[in-house]
Amino acid sequence: MLMLVGITLGVIIGVLPGLGGANGIAILLPLTFTMSPTSAIIMLSCIYWGALFGGAITSILFNIPGEPWSVATTFDGYPMAQQGRAGEALTGAFTSSFVGALVAVIMFTFIAPAVAAFALQFGPPEFFSVYLLTFCSFVGTGKGNPFKIIASMMMGFAMAAVGIDIVTGQLRLTFGFTQLLNGFHFLVAVIGLFGIGEILLSMEEGLSFSGKTAKINTRIVLETWAKLPRYWMTSVRSCLVGCWMGIIPGGATPASFMSYGVARKMSRDGAKFGSGQLEGVVAPETAAHAAGTSALLPMLTLGIPGSPTAAVLLGGLLIWGLQPGPLLFAEQKDFVWGLIASMYLGNIAGLIVVLTMVPFFAAILRIPFSIIAPIIVVICSIGAYTVHNSMFDLWLMALFGVVGYVFKKLDYPLAPMVLALVLGDAAESSFRQAMLISQGSLSIMWSNWLVGGITTLALLLLFWPFFQTGMGWIKARLAQEGGR
Amino acid sequence: MEHRNESNRPAARVVTVDLIVALIVFAFGAVVVYESYRLGSSWSSDGPESGYFPFYIGLLICISGAMVFGQSMLRLRSDMKVFVERGPLKQVMIVLIPTIAYVLCVQLIGIYVSATVFIGLFMRLIGRYSWLRSVAVGLAVSVTSFMLFEVWFLIPLPKGPIENLLGY
Repeated sequence: MLMLVGITLGVIIGVLPGLGGANGIAILLPLTFTMSPTSAIIMLSCIYWGALFGGAITSILFNIPGEPWSVATTFDGYPMAQQGRAGEALTGAFTSSFVGALVAVIMFTFIAPAVAAFALQFGPPEFFSVYLLTFCSFVGTGKGNPFKIIASMMMGFAMAAVGIDIVTGQLRLTFGFTQLLNGFHFLVAVIGLFGIGEILLSMEEGLSFSGKTAKINTRIVLETWAKLPRYWMTSVRSCLVGCWMGIIPGGATPASFMSYGVARKMSRDGAKFGSGQLEGVVAPETAAHAAGTSALLPMLTLGIPGSPTAAVLLGGLLIWGLQPGPLLFAEQKDFVWGLIASMYLGNIAGLIVVLTMVPFFAAILRIPFSIIAPIIVVICSIGAYTVHNSMFDLWLMALFGVVGYVFKKLDYPLAPMVLALVLGDAAESSFRQAMLISQGSLSIMWSNWLVGGITTLALLLLFWPFFQTGMGWIKARLAQEGGR
Repeated sequence: MEHRNESNRPAARVVTVDLIVALIVFAFGAVVVYESYRLGSSWSSDGPESGYFPFYIGLLICISGAMVFGQSMLRLRSDMKVFVERGPLKQVMIVLIPTIAYVLCVQLIGIYVSATVFIGLFMRLIGRYSWLRSVAVGLAVSVTSFMLFEVWFLIPLPKGPIENLLGY
């Protein structure tokens, strides 16, 4: 029962742009203090699963990602909805999320201790090289102008640096504005860039709202299920990417992008990605859920949260007097196995809930744009305000809306900016720690096979577009020579 | 913005906006570099200073801004793609200006009244719905969000004199 309530709440949170998994759990945390820890964590983790599922709905139907990790789902999900294949896309997304989560839970159950021991060897250079790999893969797999990708990404990093320096406690880049003390919260940026920016874009296209209707019935579900086994290779790859990114604290967002990028490079139909390929929905969704689930693994076994939402859950555990760590498995067996059982059941319940509730969400979409647009603006503003309870964030939201509109029209990708904003502090502190260890020498990035391998791969990806341009130019020159 | 001062139908070309945005990006990067340099971007006795990481970030922003600027300059003569036409631009402004007005209102009189007025007026003036429906939807959204946030989740949102009168 708690599970169903949790999942429904989670889906609603996931559907609303601005109310995210981390936010939603933080808001609902006080409500669960009256419950026993086991039922409380079951409810909260169900909200988490629900939010993971729900993010996909708005990405596919509105092209507004409800959650940062569903940004990659919009790339192919929205074109599919435009072609009238929304039902297929939704079924594909839900089913593959379910598969991703299930695989991650199974892995969680069996190989948790071994993986935890491996991750313990990670030092700052390893962490930084993983971040580097994530960011370089944007440049390597992005189809736009690499300089625009870098510009957008680096602006995200710069915004993440605003506020109090976590290492020295010094204020930086605030220019004397006290409002900037808190820095830029990524939720405000996401709400503005995607929520408001998208409304401005759809206004420009005329009043016809770009939301697509979804007809979902048993026939479409079964037909899509029949198609899905074809993409098993994509699924397996995405599960691997997802589990890996979840365990090392990469989180669901980079996992979904990496998985999408990898699927596009590896797929036979890679060139058609972005025009409405079911495979392009399967890949990010599977990875996002696998990562979202496995993010709980380091949190429970090591006390290191793998994602912002896991961090909020960790805070909740501490309030209940449960100290996460290897001891938790020995001392609080009921709790741990209750949580693991809820992962299995919660995902099955989640799949059923979202599949049956899609007609309800489809009904929301038939509301005309002139009603829904101001309501979305109001919800966005509430979401932006509740992040810090600050009026300043509302102005930022409006500003980010304009930036999002202009950037989208100019093909500056928004996702790297958001990701850099989220991971900026973590990336910076691991970089600085690594530099401290090596006394400022970059050679630490190649100090052992693990970190060296990841860094080299990252740099290869970074220079891939330039390499391609260079090769194209040389080929053109050779063809000219040959023609003479 | 300079979108408005051209009178012919296309309000701005992609290349022009690209150039301006690249300049803004470059300026942004320059500000970051300057501030990081001021904070100290090198090593002190206890390790990297505060500006160490942002300094290089700012540098990269400047470089990529400059590259985009250069690329756009090369296309300045040839690329005539239209960024936005005057009609659609007006549509965008129809949403943008009320949104900004709404944010201002939230600051002055609280979120609930502003939300009601904003939704109501938007539906009435742009959607051309009847006053009754517009006001009803506006009120419904405000009351629902009030119940949801103030009463159930106990999250205070910005309030103004009217909520004070009602005792909240």
